[in-house]
Amino acid sequence: MSGVGLDGVTVTYGRRASRRTTAVAPFTDEVAAGEWVGLIGPNGAGKSSLLRAIVGLVEHGGEIGIDGRDVREMSDRERAALIAYVPQQPLIPDDMTAREYALLGRSPYINYFGSESHNDRVVVADVLRRLELEPFADRLLGELSGGERQRVVLARALAQQAPVLLLDEPTSALDIGHQQQALELVAELRRHDELTVVSAMHDLTLAATYTDRLTMLHHGVVVASGVAADVLTAERLGDVYNVCVTVDVETDDATGDTTVIVVPRRGAPAP
Amino acid sequence: MDTARRDRTWLLAGAAFLLFAVVVGASTGPAGPDWWRVPLELVNRLPLVSFDTGVSEAEWKIVWQIRMPRVALGGLVGGMLSIAGASYQGVFRNPLVDPYLLGAAAGAGLGATIALTIGRGVTASWPLDPVPTVAFLFALATVMVTYTVGAAFGGSRSGVTLVLAGVAVVSFATAVQTFILQRNLEVIREVFQWILGRLSGATWADVRLVVPYVVVSSIVLMLHRRHLDVFRVGDEEAATLGVSVGRTRLVIVVAATLGTAAVVSVSGLIGFVGLVVPHVVRLLAGAGHRRLLPLSLMGGAAFLILADVPGRMLTRPAETPIGVVTAFIGAPFFIYLLRTRKVTA
Repeated sequence: MSGVGLDGVTVTYGRRASRRTTAVAPFTDEVAAGEWVGLIGPNGAGKSSLLRAIVGLVEHGGEIGIDGRDVREMSDRERAALIAYVPQQPLIPDDMTAREYALLGRSPYINYFGSESHNDRVVVADVLRRLELEPFADRLLGELSGGERQRVVLARALAQQAPVLLLDEPTSALDIGHQQQALELVAELRRHDELTVVSAMHDLTLAATYTDRLTMLHHGVVVASGVAADVLTAERLGDVYNVCVTVDVETDDATGDTTVIVVPRRGAPAP
Repeated sequence: MDTARRDRTWLLAGAAFLLFAVVVGASTGPAGPDWWRVPLELVNRLPLVSFDTGVSEAEWKIVWQIRMPRVALGGLVGGMLSIAGASYQGVFRNPLVDPYLLGAAAGAGLGATIALTIGRGVTASWPLDPVPTVAFLFALATVMVTYTVGAAFGGSRSGVTLVLAGVAVVSFATAVQTFILQRNLEVIREVFQWILGRLSGATWADVRLVVPYVVVSSIVLMLHRRHLDVFRVGDEEAATLGVSVGRTRLVIVVAATLGTAAVVSVSGLIGFVGLVVPHVVRLLAGAGHRRLLPLSLMGGAAFLILADVPGRMLTRPAETPIGVVTAFIGAPFFIYLLRTRKVTA
């Protein structure tokens, strides 16, 4: 298990000072090992930039550490063995089989001139079985449905066997049934593999249901962080998303679990 | 494992095709022994085998000194251009790319033009024909300029800026070449002939010249087959999978360019092979680079050896330029494959 430490992390785009825009203002947080943190906020809030900074796709200021080790000091392979990343729109080659695609997740463990070992194939076969992808393993990705592809992308990330899993809008392309399936899967895998999960999410109700903690970003700045019931208030959502909603919080009397439901209402405020 | 067995079957098929091409290439020509005697004689020349095939020493000389260097050079050029094309297409994730993309051909053309403009009269007495050497150096230099320009503006991670830089640098080199040609009309014919590409007049010395480059370059590319598969998910995702994208791409491009420049400098610009052979292999055997690279190497070699055969016979005693033949055979075949395989390229 590994935690993610973020200390004053900033992301800026644009080389010239006059055109520089700040995507993430200094962001400080400590994601505990095994925790699932949901990043929420409107488009352009900096959720994706933060995830991309953690996985090393954009330069960042401040410090990002996995178990106290600075990601900047890691080689590409070392980092890939610690952090698996599922982008918002993965580039999926149509003419590759699901198994070949999932095998790419083993790259961090293969020597520069080496090829996949027997162990790599066993790991991938195991992941495919757990995600119920065995029937599709040798089919081409171009022949699979959106939900199946999504699971194959998850399979690749899990084949990386990295303790930290970053998901950027993992369910945005799926219908409500597949959204639930995908998130249930992540929840189960997290328990089973003791993963630390950071996910950017648009659906607030789903985010509230599945994550341990929510962090709301707006213009790169954290406006709220904590359990869903505290973060998701109708007033705050109105301010940040410019939206008209009601928020219901239901508490299960038996277990004490709370469910937060965000319902959009007619009569959106003028932009 | 099942895929491993299929890999082996494909490799055997590729090797058989190559062997077939070599035998056909050695057996046909306007002069020399009956075609069917040549395969027998080839077997006869193997160690520990000896029987009478009715091929005279003089006839064997035609086969060994005239046809075989052509076959060998054709194989090296075709194989190199194809494996380099497959690697370029893989590393830039662009199906329309060929090994001339970053300026290897334009640079070689410019170099050859300059060398020919200085004049055969001046260079005839030199111990080394300067045209291939100058073409080779210009090819490398041009690709280096492209890479520097592309990296400076897009960062080494962006393949797109490299392709665009290639377009700009190629236009520039072609413009300079056109300018030189326009001021030296007397070399146009010679330059044009060089540009069309040829295997005729190939000698074992030519073969020896390019072998080291082709061998080194092919080995390096083959060792990066797995990396090329990772590149298929895009630069960014490849980076998150632990591939040092910029550095790995540089190694692949350098290897592919070195081999391409070497073969271009002896054979001229033979088009179409580096673009189409990898696609044909993909359509037949799948897009994974584990098969694509070795099969492109063997398939490209066989294709160019075979493409060289009608060139010798069609318009004899004159030669049809091989670039014409490759396009003439390759284009319809490629269209046929696209149609029957229902592939969206």
